[in-house]
Amino acid sequence: MSVTEILFWFLSFLTIGGAIMVVTSKNPVYSILSLIVTFFAISGHYILLNAQFLAIVNIIVYAGAIMVLFLFVVMLMNLNADAEPPQKRKYLMFAGVISGSTLLLLIVAAIRKSDVGSQLVQLKTGDVGLINNLGKVLFTDFVFPFEISSVLFLSAMIGAVLISKKEASE
Amino acid sequence: MPVNYYIFLSVALFCIGVVGVLTRRNAIIVFMCVELMLNAANLLLVAFSKMHHLALGLNFPNLASEAQIFVFFIMVVAAAEVSVGLAIIVMIYRNTHSIDVNFLNRLKH
Amino acid sequence: MNNVLQIVWLIPVLPLIGFLINGLGRKNLSKTFSGFIGSGVILVSFILSCWVFIQVKNGNTHVAHYYDFINTLSLKIGMDFQIDQLSSLFLLIITGVGFLIHVYSTSYMHDEEPKDFAKYFAYLNLFIFSMLLLVMGGNFIIMFIGWEGVGLCSYLLIGFWFKNNNYNDAAKKAFIMNRIGDLGFLLAVFWLIAKTNTTDFHQIFSLVADTQKNPLSTFDITGITLLLFVGATGKSAQIPLYTWLPDAMAGPTPVSALIHAATMVTAGIYMIARSNILFSMAPFTQSVIAVIGLATAILAATIALKQNDIKKVLAYSTVSQLGYMFLGLGVGAYTGAVFHVMTHAFFKALLFLGAGSVIHAMGGEQDMRNMGGLKKYMSITHITFLLGCLAIAGMPPFSGFFSKDEILGEAFKQNPLYWGIAVIGALMTAFYMFRLYAMTFLGKFRGTHEQEHHLHESPAAITFPLIVLAILAVVGGWVGIPEIFMHGGHRLEAFLEPVFAPSNDIVAKHHLEHSTEYMLMGISVGGALIALIYAWSKFSKYEKTTAEETGIGKILSNKWYVDELYDAVIVKPRQSVAAFLNNVVEKKGIDGFVNGIGKGVNYSSRQIRLLQSGQVGNYVLLMVIGILVLFIIQFFL
Repeated sequence: MSVTEILFWFLSFLTIGGAIMVVTSKNPVYSILSLIVTFFAISGHYILLNAQFLAIVNIIVYAGAIMVLFLFVVMLMNLNADAEPPQKRKYLMFAGVISGSTLLLLIVAAIRKSDVGSQLVQLKTGDVGLINNLGKVLFTDFVFPFEISSVLFLSAMIGAVLISKKEASE
Repeated sequence: MPVNYYIFLSVALFCIGVVGVLTRRNAIIVFMCVELMLNAANLLLVAFSKMHHLALGLNFPNLASEAQIFVFFIMVVAAAEVSVGLAIIVMIYRNTHSIDVNFLNRLKH
Repeated sequence: MNNVLQIVWLIPVLPLIGFLINGLGRKNLSKTFSGFIGSGVILVSFILSCWVFIQVKNGNTHVAHYYDFINTLSLKIGMDFQIDQLSSLFLLIITGVGFLIHVYSTSYMHDEEPKDFAKYFAYLNLFIFSMLLLVMGGNFIIMFIGWEGVGLCSYLLIGFWFKNNNYNDAAKKAFIMNRIGDLGFLLAVFWLIAKTNTTDFHQIFSLVADTQKNPLSTFDITGITLLLFVGATGKSAQIPLYTWLPDAMAGPTPVSALIHAATMVTAGIYMIARSNILFSMAPFTQSVIAVIGLATAILAATIALKQNDIKKVLAYSTVSQLGYMFLGLGVGAYTGAVFHVMTHAFFKALLFLGAGSVIHAMGGEQDMRNMGGLKKYMSITHITFLLGCLAIAGMPPFSGFFSKDEILGEAFKQNPLYWGIAVIGALMTAFYMFRLYAMTFLGKFRGTHEQEHHLHESPAAITFPLIVLAILAVVGGWVGIPEIFMHGGHRLEAFLEPVFAPSNDIVAKHHLEHSTEYMLMGISVGGALIALIYAWSKFSKYEKTTAEETGIGKILSNKWYVDELYDAVIVKPRQSVAAFLNNVVEKKGIDGFVNGIGKGVNYSSRQIRLLQSGQVGNYVLLMVIGILVLFIIQFFL
């Protein structure tokens, strides 16, 4: 068991544990916090795979901006464990869990035997994830989507502002 | 490290996200589980990019980078989506004073 | 002289034109006009038939082919009219007696509204048309068209006073029983077509006569003739399909005279006489015919002994006489049967028309127990009726004697037992006919005072046909004087010889000793005379009683309960099957199924609509399930 492997398993447990905590905790703030943990763990995975750029971007954008946004909204609405709407129909919960698990089983079963699975992943090394390599590809092959994404952000911003504007007549 | 492990990991993450979407009634939690699913996909993409880099090597130097660029864009879209989605949730809360997903059954009519 | 026979198509077409004029114009025509048209066309047809008869008598038979009715590779059926001795004789009877009855009807039905009057004559003309088609047809199909047509007209005319439901039931009964017979006829025709590929009389009969080329086995011939006989039992009211005829007396009396005495019921006899060669080659069928004819004759005669309605007695008498005709056919006496058809047409039409005259004078009363002593009020009717009764009882020298005696003689040759039973039937015939005569015309009048004031002799339009028919009933038999009285006297037999020649070739005819013949004649005439005198004396002193019939009398007056038997065995099960099919199969099954589809669609759509819960969670759940299913199909199937 090399260090790499131990690290991999540790990060995996963290990821899965955090995800389960997200789904099952009653307090929404606890859910958000465990999601942040999950994101950190995923970033850890990225670093392990030497995708440095993505790891940093993950932390900054996801864990930093998006989760903070979530936290703001939750605090704004004063949600705590009591305000959680109870699931009246228990069977739906069961249905959900079962279907999700079935999906898991199915996909696992479907992919188990494929040839792809045995190929190795390059860990710790490789210059693919380096920022200058990524940057080269981004600004040459993908420059158009890059520019368009700015338009996307613009529209999202306008949309968000417009939606939450109070009516002038109120 | 065979790529199998990464596949199983992200599939597990994805399914947990699905269970969360189906089970929880709080709209915000549901939204977060969607983010979880997106991240599972991201993880898998990065793993595959490294796999291809190893397998194909110098023949297709850009293939792996393209996967990571894809992840980048997914994050872009996720960010935009979160902002708009949260704005909507806030508006719903203002109108109905509840963030219960089951409450929002106006599509019934 | 072929030009006469070329216009032979006019004979049926004229009544058809009369039917169209009276039928279509019935709301606008006056009674005299429609009566004139109705009777006039028949008179012209009669004159043409006389002309044709003279031609045929000079040996000029003809098959007139007009156009091809059905023309396929394997089967050709043409619109053929066959004019030979048999058909020309029947033409005379139909148009002659028909004309007299039309004239009678103009007076009998004068109480009707003009449009009903015109409708009546239209139906009568249509009937004559169909009957003419039947006898003139040159193949089985044209005959069948006429056969069906007379059945239809019988239904229309029996139910003429359609406002009375009982009459409608009687009409329906007649039609349905006819149809059952028609099924037999059709099956026989199909069998013939299957085996010989043609329905033409000439072709079939010559094929069958030729022993080399005969395509029909004995089994075929027996089967075909039996089925044809089933058709004849329906049309000519033999056992078991005879119960419609007494009920058919619900129609107007001239209709009973025309259809149920003189013409339609003789269609069966005509058909068998026409196909005589087929029947001569099937001795089994012939014995069946003889036995059934004899049984019918006796059964009907026993029932007639105890009936009190004047028309019902005559109806059962018709059934009985038809039984005699079939007996004649069954023993091979084709000429005798046809002879009896002719004489029966005369005297039975006379008797029915006389009864109609009596009913008319009695203001609609038909029960003989309320009549009596009418001879002083209605002398012409009385005399003609008496002549008719003497004829039907078989008294020489009236017509019935000659024809009936010929049949009896042939029956004796076949089997003395047939003769014995037939003679008993003849005795009963004489008895019930004179019972009828005595109860109606002799003794004291037993009706109400109002009826007595109303009694009068009928007008000329009624008495004229009576007189003509009475003359025919008297002299009609003199065309068939048997050998023992006058050599060469049987002119009818000589006339019909070419038609029945093929049969005579097959079956050797042997002659009776003259002494045997005299003895037979003596026994039958003597017995009938005794029965006649007994009935005369008994019933001229008839007093009306209210006593119920008992014992045998009860059974006879209830017609041996045959109708009740048919009702229980056939009608009730059929009704329960129909009720079952209606309630279970139709209402629950088919309706349930069709309505159920509607209800099912309604229900399922309501259920499916519940999917639209508006709950996002449900939608996502369904999405996941959908993905699951796709995965399964993709990877594991």
